[in-house]
Amino acid sequence: MDRDFTKRRMRLGERAMEALLFIAAALAIGIVGGILYVVISEAAKFFLEVSFVEFVTSTRWTPLFEDAHYGIAPLLTGTFMSTLVALSVAVPLGLLVAIYLSEFASPRARETIKPTLELLAGVPTVVYGYFALLFVTPLLQNIIPGLPGFNLLSAGIVMGLMIIPYIASLSEDAMRAVPNALRDGSFAMGATRLETAFRVVFPAAISGIIGAVILGMSRAVGETMIVVVAGGQLPQIVTSPTQQGATVTAFIAQVALGDIAFGTLEYQSIFAAGLALLVLTLIFNFVAFAMQRRFREAY
Amino acid sequence: MQILKHAGKAVAAAVAALALSAGAANAQQAFTIQIDGSSTVFPLAEAVAEAFQQQTQGRVRVTVGESGTGGGFRKFCRGETHISNASRPISASEMATCRAAGIQYVEIPVAFDALTVVVHPSNPLRSITVEQLRQIWRPEAQGQVTNWRQVNPSFPDLPLVLFGPGSASGTFDYFTEAVNGRARASRTDYTPSEDDNVIVQGVATNTGGMGYFGLAYYEENHSRLRALAIDSGAGPVEPSRQTAENGSYAPLSRPMFIYINAAALRRPQVQQFAQYFVNNASRYSAQVGYIPLPAAAYQTYLQRVQSRTQGTAFGGRQAIGVTIAEVMARPLIVEPVQQ
Amino acid sequence: MTAADTSARVDIATHPKSLAVRRFKDSSFIIIGILATLIGLGTLVALVWELAADGAHRLNAQFFWSFPSSNPAEAGILSAWVGSILVILTTAFFAIPIGVLAGIYLEEYAPRNPVTSAIEIAVNNLAGVPSIIFGLLAVGLFVQLLGFGQSILTAGITLALLILPVVIVATREAVRGVPQEIRQAALAVGATKWQATQHHVLPYALPGVVTGVIIGISRAIGETAPLILIGGLTFVAFLPITRPGDATFEVIGAVDEYGAPITPDAVETVRIDHDGVVVMPDFTEMPVVAGQTYELPHGATVQSVATWGDAIASWSPTNWLMSDFTVMPIQMFNWTSRPQAEFLELAAAAGLVLLAITLLMNGMAIWLRYRLRKRIKW
Repeated sequence: MDRDFTKRRMRLGERAMEALLFIAAALAIGIVGGILYVVISEAAKFFLEVSFVEFVTSTRWTPLFEDAHYGIAPLLTGTFMSTLVALSVAVPLGLLVAIYLSEFASPRARETIKPTLELLAGVPTVVYGYFALLFVTPLLQNIIPGLPGFNLLSAGIVMGLMIIPYIASLSEDAMRAVPNALRDGSFAMGATRLETAFRVVFPAAISGIIGAVILGMSRAVGETMIVVVAGGQLPQIVTSPTQQGATVTAFIAQVALGDIAFGTLEYQSIFAAGLALLVLTLIFNFVAFAMQRRFREAY
Repeated sequence: MQILKHAGKAVAAAVAALALSAGAANAQQAFTIQIDGSSTVFPLAEAVAEAFQQQTQGRVRVTVGESGTGGGFRKFCRGETHISNASRPISASEMATCRAAGIQYVEIPVAFDALTVVVHPSNPLRSITVEQLRQIWRPEAQGQVTNWRQVNPSFPDLPLVLFGPGSASGTFDYFTEAVNGRARASRTDYTPSEDDNVIVQGVATNTGGMGYFGLAYYEENHSRLRALAIDSGAGPVEPSRQTAENGSYAPLSRPMFIYINAAALRRPQVQQFAQYFVNNASRYSAQVGYIPLPAAAYQTYLQRVQSRTQGTAFGGRQAIGVTIAEVMARPLIVEPVQQ
Repeated sequence: MTAADTSARVDIATHPKSLAVRRFKDSSFIIIGILATLIGLGTLVALVWELAADGAHRLNAQFFWSFPSSNPAEAGILSAWVGSILVILTTAFFAIPIGVLAGIYLEEYAPRNPVTSAIEIAVNNLAGVPSIIFGLLAVGLFVQLLGFGQSILTAGITLALLILPVVIVATREAVRGVPQEIRQAALAVGATKWQATQHHVLPYALPGVVTGVIIGISRAIGETAPLILIGGLTFVAFLPITRPGDATFEVIGAVDEYGAPITPDAVETVRIDHDGVVVMPDFTEMPVVAGQTYELPHGATVQSVATWGDAIASWSPTNWLMSDFTVMPIQMFNWTSRPQAEFLELAAAAGLVLLAITLLMNGMAIWLRYRLRKRIKW
């Protein structure tokens, strides 16, 4: 009798615990839902006032002025330019590091270098912003005379340095996961380590590597503080990295640094910009995830 | 048993924390004087707030934001702030918003400013006419005037890189009206920032840079920037305490204000702070680089604080080119407020 | 040997595909690889060097114990680091239990069904959402809809959501690493599933979980963008923590939205200080007793309804949750955006503190992970 009771209570407890665990996990869906709800509902109010055509086609973004234009293009070019610079720093460097660590370095060197590099990803981005504005920009101004004090080049370079660990670490994982049989085959044919790395391992790991690059890209697109501090806040169509420009994230931060008057069109405009950013990064994440999954399935 | 206890404890703790924080703590949060508004007035308000908090040994909390004169009034007329800093008088539409919300205010001019136009120190230019400023900043110049040469062939051959206050700024309102002839009419292809420090940094790091802001920011950074003398027809005049006081630095001399919520002024803390502000405005405006009003003016405004006399002396209109004496002489117009 | 043969041999020796050239390329790549690595590590060194050169001389007791100030010589990070600690406490309070429980669920309990895969997709996507988007969520949901205001609570919850995926993923990996035999042994002696998890799986997974928590918290400490949206303030010269009795009490009568009485004009609001006094506008103090009426210098009369005892009784240890705040990265950002060299020095000093904290935490996590890999051999 008593034992039955205990058992029942235990079973009840088990159930309750399982329910609690489930709620905790399901909260993730709630958060994603919350983000989508908030961003989409405010952006929807924005699109009631501003035509979607204007949003997509106008080349001016001046929502804070009386002569208001709402073309997302200047913000997107700013974002793409800073991301492009970041990737042209991070992809070659990150992949070289990954190949070196995966194919050449001794296990001991790898064990030391990899976590040390990962520290780069742990540095607060506002510190990187300071570094970009007060170290990299003056350095670049010595090389490129006339480079404005705010520019996307130095913001992008520092952003690139920041995402090296993401790209290096994930690509290295991908290359190390390539079965040794492939390497042995290549060595048996007389190939050097370098040839094996570039002609055998790299192609075999390519979808994992592309996934890593896209993840790095997604980081760069969503990065805020570096571009706010060092990139300038002028929403213009950017054609050269030496120009100053505003990214989507920088615009959102800039509005927030002033006054957010709830319910106004300015307020809604940061959600419209946020929606564009969210869509962009979700696509990147999806592609990266799919790439890595495909890669995992291959071996 | 243990399971339930653990689970229950976690949930209860979370709920309790939320309930406590959202409900009870809200009601008994220590009183904080909320100030927001003009970034031009910010250095002055910050200095006063700091000294005040030191004097009261932290008994009264003061926070100072800088979301621009317009941004400040939006919050002020929603009752979110007790004091609004302004680098221009309250506008007619802001008066209407406040009236609709039943917010009454006490208007206190706290100092004078010489709105300063700055360029990179390597720029050979020393002075500029109001008309040339208009050629650079008017809406029609958008995308057209991109080199100093285009304004005047004697100007340097440098790309024109413009920085200025954002559209929520009173300095923007004042400058556009004084220079372009219509408030808020401006080209928009410049870097707008509510934080004047961004303008300083922008101009200081671009050889072709140009920007405008309150005198205090120039005084703080005069080693990095050059202020242009302004020629409004009677020869170039440098921005300075003297030229602003005697009215010769025109049309860019202007009064700066704080607007105090009249109901909040009944609170001892706010009353105390407002009196402290007026009593010390002279000292701190000189310290941060603005032009103090005559002592008699502060005496008048101290009485205005104590008697909580409401209304504005400007009737919702911009005060372009008024002198200190004119500001003092203006009578207050009290708006009827819907109760 | 014919002439043709000789030339052929020469060709082979200098041919790009010759073994010597290939070997040379192979070993020179090592140098290129090391160089690339050094650029990454060099960045870290340059970063620390730049900050130290600019700001190290600012790191003194005064810097840590002063409020921000318009006078750079007197400015410090007191309100910033206290704010950071309070925000992080709130973050940890929400992120750790939820993250760990969610991780356990996904690894130990979750059935293979659409709901589970939806959760997994959600977690994966959350990890990739830019941090500023969490700021939009905070403004729209916590500040606006739930009315938490621009408070420490809002900031703490927002950062908790931000680092949740980190904690979940780390927990999952740690739990996954615990061998099946441990669970089976526990279940075999009659433990329930949760008992097995709680007493046998979790202890072994703990170092891995802690590693994830440390990395997540370190990220939250350095996060700036979402807090800018919530409105982390630029000038906070007070501490959010209040002493018992440090509360404002409203006085009798109808009050308006400021707590100021509407009628009659004479009734006032007073603040009961910790020692039971009212601070007068001329900075003098006077003791108060509940229910008594006092005349204030500017002509008003007050009647207090509360004494120090009441203030003590209604003080709550969590009333800082709804307070305005600033945090370290926001303070640093504010100083970075000022052009004067003195403020940039302050920014660098704040950056050094931030960098020290985050690098230390990351280093600790790495060391934990390393020790974990070495010590536990299943």
